[in-house]
Parts: sequence; C-alpha cells; structure tokens
Amino acid sequence: MTDLARALQEPWPDLRMQREGVSLGMWFFLASEVLFFAALFCSYAIYRSYNPEAFRIAGAHTKVIYGSINTVLLLTSSLTMTVALRAATAQLRRVTLICLGITVALGLAFLITKGLEYHDDIEEHLVPGTGFPLSPPATQIFWGLYWIMTGIHAIHLSAGVVVVIAVMIIFGRRIIPVQGSTMEGVAIYWHFVDSVWIFLYPLIYLAGRA
Amino acid sequence: MSEMTLPFAPARETAATSYLGEGHTLTSWLLTTDHKRIAILYALSITVFFFIGGIVVGLVRLELISPTGWFMTSDEYNRAFSIHGIVMVWFFLVPSIPATMGNFILPMMIGAPDVAFPRLNLLSWYLYVIGAAFTVYVLLSGGVDTGWTFYPPFSTGYSNSNVIPAAVGVFVVGFSSIATGVNFLATVHMLRAPGMTWFRLPLFAWSMYTVSMVMVLATPVLAMSLLLISAERFFGFPIFDATIGGDPLLFQHIFWFYSHPAVYIMILPAMGVVSEVFACFARRRVFGYSFMVFALLVIAVVGFMVWGHHMFVAGQSPFANLVFSFLSFMVAVPSAIKVFNWTATLYRGQIGLEAPMLYALGFVGLFTIGGLTGLFLASVPIDIAATDSYFVVAHFHFIMVGGSVSAFMAGIHYWWPKVTGRLYNEFAAQCAAITMFIGFNLTFMPQFVMGWLGMPRRYHLYPDVFQIWHVLSSGGAAVLAVAYLLPLGYLGWSLIGGQRAGDNPWAATGLEWQTPSPPPRQNFLHPPRVTSEPYAYHEFGRAREQDGETSISGQGDVS
Repeated sequence: MTDLARALQEPWPDLRMQREGVSLGMWFFLASEVLFFAALFCSYAIYRSYNPEAFRIAGAHTKVIYGSINTVLLLTSSLTMTVALRAATAQLRRVTLICLGITVALGLAFLITKGLEYHDDIEEHLVPGTGFPLSPPATQIFWGLYWIMTGIHAIHLSAGVVVVIAVMIIFGRRIIPVQGSTMEGVAIYWHFVDSVWIFLYPLIYLAGRA
Repeated sequence: MSEMTLPFAPARETAATSYLGEGHTLTSWLLTTDHKRIAILYALSITVFFFIGGIVVGLVRLELISPTGWFMTSDEYNRAFSIHGIVMVWFFLVPSIPATMGNFILPMMIGAPDVAFPRLNLLSWYLYVIGAAFTVYVLLSGGVDTGWTFYPPFSTGYSNSNVIPAAVGVFVVGFSSIATGVNFLATVHMLRAPGMTWFRLPLFAWSMYTVSMVMVLATPVLAMSLLLISAERFFGFPIFDATIGGDPLLFQHIFWFYSHPAVYIMILPAMGVVSEVFACFARRRVFGYSFMVFALLVIAVVGFMVWGHHMFVAGQSPFANLVFSFLSFMVAVPSAIKVFNWTATLYRGQIGLEAPMLYALGFVGLFTIGGLTGLFLASVPIDIAATDSYFVVAHFHFIMVGGSVSAFMAGIHYWWPKVTGRLYNEFAAQCAAITMFIGFNLTFMPQFVMGWLGMPRRYHLYPDVFQIWHVLSSGGAAVLAVAYLLPLGYLGWSLIGGQRAGDNPWAATGLEWQTPSPPPRQNFLHPPRVTSEPYAYHEFGRAREQDGETSISGQGDVS
C-alpha cells in the first residue's frame, strides 16, 4: 500500500486516473510523432512517383540482410516489452525487470546491426554528394531520404533504450513501484518506434527488389 | 447562492500563502512545477522577445521612410525583416496566450490543482529557452536572410547567413509547443472538476483545447520541414534540389501544412479570451455557446485543409488551387459565426468600457477586417494579383497583431488582478488600448492601399509614389510603439502601488475567480464543484451597480 502511495504523483487524485492520464498523454504525443514521420513518408511517396526508376535502382543497393535481421530483433523486443507491461500490472517486479533487460538488449542489438549496415553503406560511398556511385542523379534523393529516415528512427530508438534503462534503475532501486503509471507510457512509446520500422522496412529494403 | 460557486465558505487566507509566497529564491522559480509560476516565466520571456521583434521591425519601418533607404544595406534589411518574422511568430505569437494565460488560467478554469504533467510543463519552458538561445545567437552573429519561411533553394544552397542555427531554434521551440499541447489536452480530458462537463467548459478552455490539437498535429510537420532543409544545407542531401529530380514546391507544401494552421494557433486562443471578456463586461451569457464551441472545432479542423492557398502562384495545379480556394472560403463560415455571436452577446448587455473590453472590442473590428481581406486572398484571381504584396502583409497583420495581440492585451488586463492580486490604473489602461487601436490602423491601413497599388512585400527600395503610404505606416508604428510601452509602466507600477484586487474585481463567473487573488499553490482552498453552465451573469450580480452588494465567496487577501 505504501508502495502505491509513492507511485502517485501530483496532481492526480488516484493511481487509476494517473495511469489513464499518462497513457492518454503518450497517445497525444504519438499523434504528434505520427505527423512528424508522415511528412517524411509523404516526401518519399512523392519523390518515388516522380522518379520511379531511380528509386528502384537505388533501393536495390540497400542491405536487405541487415534490415531483415533488424526487423526480427525489433519485433521480438516488442514482445518482451508487452510481457514486461503485463508483468508490471500483475506486480511481478522481477519478471518486469528481466523483460525490460531483454528489451534493452534487443534494442542495442538493433543499433549495432544498424551501425554495421551504415559502415557498409559508407564503404560503398552511398552518401549523396560528389562521387556518388549510382545514376541517374535522382538516386541521391532516395539515399538522402534513407539516411534521414533511418537516422531519425535510430535516434528515436536510442531515446527509447535510454528511457528503458532509466526506468529499470528506478524500478531496481524501488523509487517507483512497477505497477505505477511509468510502464504504461514507456511501453506505448516503444511499440510506436517499432511500428515506424514496420513501415520503413518495406519502403527501404523491399521496394527496390520487387 | 449563484451557480458555479464553491459549496463552502473558504477560510480567510493571508497573501503569504499565495503561489507567489512559496519561496522567493531564484531556484524556487527556475525549478518550479507550479503551472502559475511557469506561466509567469513564459510571460517574462515572451515579453522580452516581443520587444526584440518590435525593435527590429521599428528599424525596418524607419528605413522604409525613404524610397532609397538611408541607414541599412539591402542585406541588413533582409536580415531585419527575417528576424522580425521568426521572433514574432515562434517566440511571441505562438506561445503568447496558451503558454501564459493558458498555463495560468486553464487549470483553474476547469477546477484542477495543476496541469496533468507539471514537470513536462517546466520542460516546455526550458525548451523554449533553448530555442530562444539559438535565436539570440542568430541575432548576435549576423542574422538570417531567408525570411521567416526558409524557402529552398535559397535557404539550402544560396543564403550566406545563419540558416541552420535559426532552423534549430525554431525546431526546438516547436517541441515546447507540442509539450504544452499534450499537457493541455490531457489536462482537459482528465482533470475537470466534478460537474465540469464538456459543455460547461468556459470558451477559453475550449479554445485551449482546440489550439492544443492544432499544436500537437501541426508542429511536428514544421519540425520535419526544417530538418529536411537543414540536412540539405549541412550534409548536402539533395532533397529539394530541382536539378536532380527534387521539388522545392514540396518544401512549401510541408512548411505551410504547419504554418497555415499556425495562424489558427495564434487566433483560436484570442477568440477564447475575447469570449470571456465580452461575457464579463456585457454582463451577458455568451450568445450561442454551443455554436461557439463547434466553430472553434471546425476552424481547427478545416484550418488543416487550406494550406495550398499560400501557393496559388507557385506552380501548383489549378485544380488544387480551386479546392484550396473553396476550403479557404469555408473557414469564413465558423469565423463569421463567432463574430456574429460576439455581437449578439453585446446586444442589450450592460456594457462597461474597462480596458479589457476596449481591447476586445478592438479585436472584433480588426479581426473582421483581417478576415474579410482574407477572403479576397482566398479567391485565386485576386490572389494572383495581390500575391507577395503589402496587401497580404496588411491582411495577416490585421489577424495576428490586430487580432491576437489585442486579445493578448485584453487577457493580460482581464486576468492581471487574479495573477498579481493588484489593480492597475484603469484610465492609463484605457488610454493605452485606444492608442493601440489608432496606432494599429495607422500602421496597417496604408499597407492595404499601397499593396493594392502594387507595392511588393520584402522590398527594400521602392518607387517614390509609395513613399506617402510608407511614411504614414511608419508614423503609425511609432504610435503603436508608445501603446506597447505604456502597459509596461502602469502594469509595472501596479505591482508596487496598485490597490489590492480582492478575489473577483470584475464580478466575473468562472472558477478562477472563486479563489483568492493571487491564488494559493493548490489553486483552490477546497475542491470545487460545478453545478451549472458557464457565464451565468444574470444570476450573478444582475447590474453593474449591484457589484458592491454582490457577495463573493472566498475573500482571499487582507485588504
């Protein structure tokens, strides 16, 4: 009971409302994030319709093996995140912490794979600018968007990893009990970052290989 | 007892227990999570930026007195009007009413002890400060010359000014808007007092709700547009490069997808303030309350579908022009409903011409002119002639300065006694309100004329025939400057020598008036309960003469 009292924050009257409020707030923030990525997806769609051939050629040079590994890693991390959330609601502190740990590990594995992929891309000079190996020149638009889209996604995922580690520390030191409203917000955010990847994967890795 | 009062007789409080009394150190302000203190932090910061933007445009108006220019190079001139636009739009107008009055009043209005996420609220102010720091850096290191619109290819490839720091500043301050928006949405959804149903929300609360929707959904798109031009400028990713298949027009679409709704971010809160002020100073229920609510919602939604009217001459498809033109006309319907309902609220009201009311009346007149000239520009053939002329400049200044700034001033005066616990000098405030109205019209009416005659906007040098209009406009700007400086004087003085205000100096309805002024940290001495619709002015002190007799519960300060 004292545990729960510590979970309650100003200005909420009770924990149920607070939990609902946090997830509502997070959904509003994600609505904002959706529009953020929407501007990017919209640019991609328009440029692909302007330069279909260039996008096909450019897309064929992406490293589908890295992308596929990452899709598996990220989807699995969403699974462990869901288990962590369920465990937290059931007040299973240890299970929550273990699942969060696996989630972080999977997130980091994603970022490492992404780093290896970036390394290969740079070796092949697939960075728009002078000496860009592909033609026609519109292939540079695809690769410009590639760096921006995957870069922003990676930044979002890194933020997610940092937040999950912070939450683990908070739970580990029992500053806030697991059944508070924290897990709710963290889990929704994590799933969002995961969902963005589900759209990025086909656009980047599969579109040029059809 | 009237409706909407608290079902208790609050204990007498001393001024020391108000939110202002809870700590006097700098850290007690800088680390506060009290929505009222954060509102004050915001108010101070945006006032600084208002005067920065004002001084810069003062220089622009001074320069334009002569057709050949007299103390600026054309390059300096470009930088001056660009920084004016950036500062005024993002560092004053967008946060103006929501971040100050919204932060202070919204939770009190709905009977909440604070916003839903107090720490996020503080974070939003820090984001504002970080964005502001970038802008000050831009200002001190030579400025930016792209205009506030950052159009490529100029911004991405040709400008030799600080485009990226300016874009970063705007990008960061955008996230402070989003944080505020998320916070207000969750607050209105979750923290309304018992009995405060959706259709008992005061219109200011509704305006905060709708503006938060627009902030949350539009601002990220601006962030992306700035990120893309920064990526092109910094990394050389040719996103908008027409020579290899990119499209600069795409930037304009993304940019205006935010920047047109941004106009509604500036005007919706103003509408909310004016509704409160009209009801209070006409002693009347707001006419057509539910229509006012739906008008706000419709403006917020349709406002997202009209951005293309900024690109009628940019090479957009004529069919798209037609649709955007039609939708832009549509926005006039809810706007007109609001204007008619305000007028109807005044009808047979017992109108008092205190300063907030003068500002609000000025708002309605100027907003109507701004709105009607907006219809000129929404029609494609007229817009083709008037694009990028001073006609457009005058139009949007009527909305943003005549509209939003008037309403901002109305709100500041209306809630000043609640925020500070002091009364300002009424006569001085009335003089300032009238001066502002006169100065505003003198500044911008001539711009309509010269715009219609063909004077293009953003031009440094111009033919002699336009000089008379520029001189008139600059003269008006001087009057306007006086009108903006006056409040600093008498509002500042009221803090030291002003009379104690009492809980409810205007005998207004609304929960925020039923608590001591300045309010205690928790806003209310006891949890409020709402039992009726807002604006029950007939039951609440029928005549102004009875104000003295009306008993108002919760006398908070020792007077």
